[in-house]
Amino acid sequence: MTVIVSKEKVHSRFTAKVQRLADQNLLACYQCGKCSAGCPLAAYMDIPPAQMIRLAQLGMEQELLDSEAIWLCVSCMTCNTRCPKGVRIAELFESMRQVKLRARQDHLRVADVAAEELQAIPPIALIGSMRKLTS
Amino acid sequence: MKLSYFPGCTLKNHARNFEDSTLYAMERLGVEAVELDRWNCCGTVYSLSADDLMRRVAPIRNLIRAKEAGNRQLMTGCSMCYNTIKRANIHVRHSAPDLALMNAFMYEEPVDYAGDVDVVHVLEVVRDQIGFQALREKVVKPLAGLKVACYYGCLLVRPKEAAFDDAENPTVLEDLVEALGGEPVAFSHKTECCAAYQTVDKPHIVADKTYQIIGAAQSQGADTVLVSCPLCAFNLDQRQALTRQTYGDFRTLPVVYFTQLMAIALGGPESVLRLDLHHTPAAPLLSAKGLL
Ligand code: SF4
Ligand code: SF4
Ligand code: SF4
Ligand code: SF4
Repeated sequence: MTVIVSKEKVHSRFTAKVQRLADQNLLACYQCGKCSAGCPLAAYMDIPPAQMIRLAQLGMEQELLDSEAIWLCVSCMTCNTRCPKGVRIAELFESMRQVKLRARQDHLRVADVAAEELQAIPPIALIGSMRKLTS
Repeated sequence: MKLSYFPGCTLKNHARNFEDSTLYAMERLGVEAVELDRWNCCGTVYSLSADDLMRRVAPIRNLIRAKEAGNRQLMTGCSMCYNTIKRANIHVRHSAPDLALMNAFMYEEPVDYAGDVDVVHVLEVVRDQIGFQALREKVVKPLAGLKVACYYGCLLVRPKEAAFDDAENPTVLEDLVEALGGEPVAFSHKTECCAAYQTVDKPHIVADKTYQIIGAAQSQGADTVLVSCPLCAFNLDQRQALTRQTYGDFRTLPVVYFTQLMAIALGGPESVLRLDLHHTPAAPLLSAKGLL
């Protein structure tokens, strides 16, 4: 991926918003990669967690909001538990999902899930996915 | 001992095997678990946005119900409910302004919430309030020869502030299995996430995880995987069908709730186990071990 860094992006309102929603300081991350190493969903992500944080530091709004990764993170908290800098990566993923969801850009379409699946899947999974993936 | 009990929505339908065995075991251990009247869904997942108080109202309302019932403790069996309600409780205990705002929003409630109810998990009650020694003394049918891989998933151990055991190497379930006379096995995947609600629209990811987690248990000679969360149970048990389709060499393995093993060891009738709700049958294994 080619990434063009600029002063405008680094100081963008997007970066400020993500930090405010997550109540986190992005610059605390020193890119050790431990969050990516332990993430159970990293293998399925187009951009692994540590790179997501780096892109957020640089204000790469479009790359982040268009990523599959924001929808794959399940807030399992493995990264948060292990980060040596105490960065709450899961909260940062949530804040980026929220930027999309608060603009009514849902990820999950319940209508696309087969009827027999909806019967079989317990409420704990349905409610969880709707809360995380729809507005 | 008397406390309020919050079942959560999944224990009332797909996971009756969890609820019936929990209530049986609690009764045998002398815990009077009184279900809240008018409880509402806790919302399942804890909101991680700093400004999202609205999604913390549901858990706090359940704590108000416990307070109304005159109890200082709210017990859940579902790990996910436990985690969500406990984290909302931690939040309001640390933020007086947010608590005041939420109380103002719920002005029709007869009492204000003041952070004065403790959220406890069934396992915590057994470990800290009953004690494994007292449990051991009540066992009438020890789980002799049953090799168990204890699966914690995420919500019992993370985040640290909501956990009641070590985040990387918890032992409460192993200690429980030992007290019941069973044999816990070393289990590399005990806190590895099963991909949770991705089961709804990306079940292939869950099939991969189930293959890895069940495979790790089998490599240690486990007869069964023990769980404490109905979503872990769905992913590790019901999703074995998809796992089998995906991986030719996958061998199925029964998945049970820790409360089902408690109910068996405490001499419970088969009816409280609801073994009809399992995808991979658990009855043949339990019969072979002389436990049914
Ligand atoms: S573990 Fe923490 S410090 Fe390391 S890369 Fe991830 S967020 Fe940055
Ligand atoms: S919380 Fe999200 S990013 Fe962190 S380890 Fe879990 S799935 Fe990966
Ligand atoms: S976690 Fe679920 S099952 Fe447990 S109450 Fe909350 S939503 Fe319902
Ligand atoms: S469902 Fe998966 S996400 Fe939940 S606790 Fe179980 S392991 Fe974690």
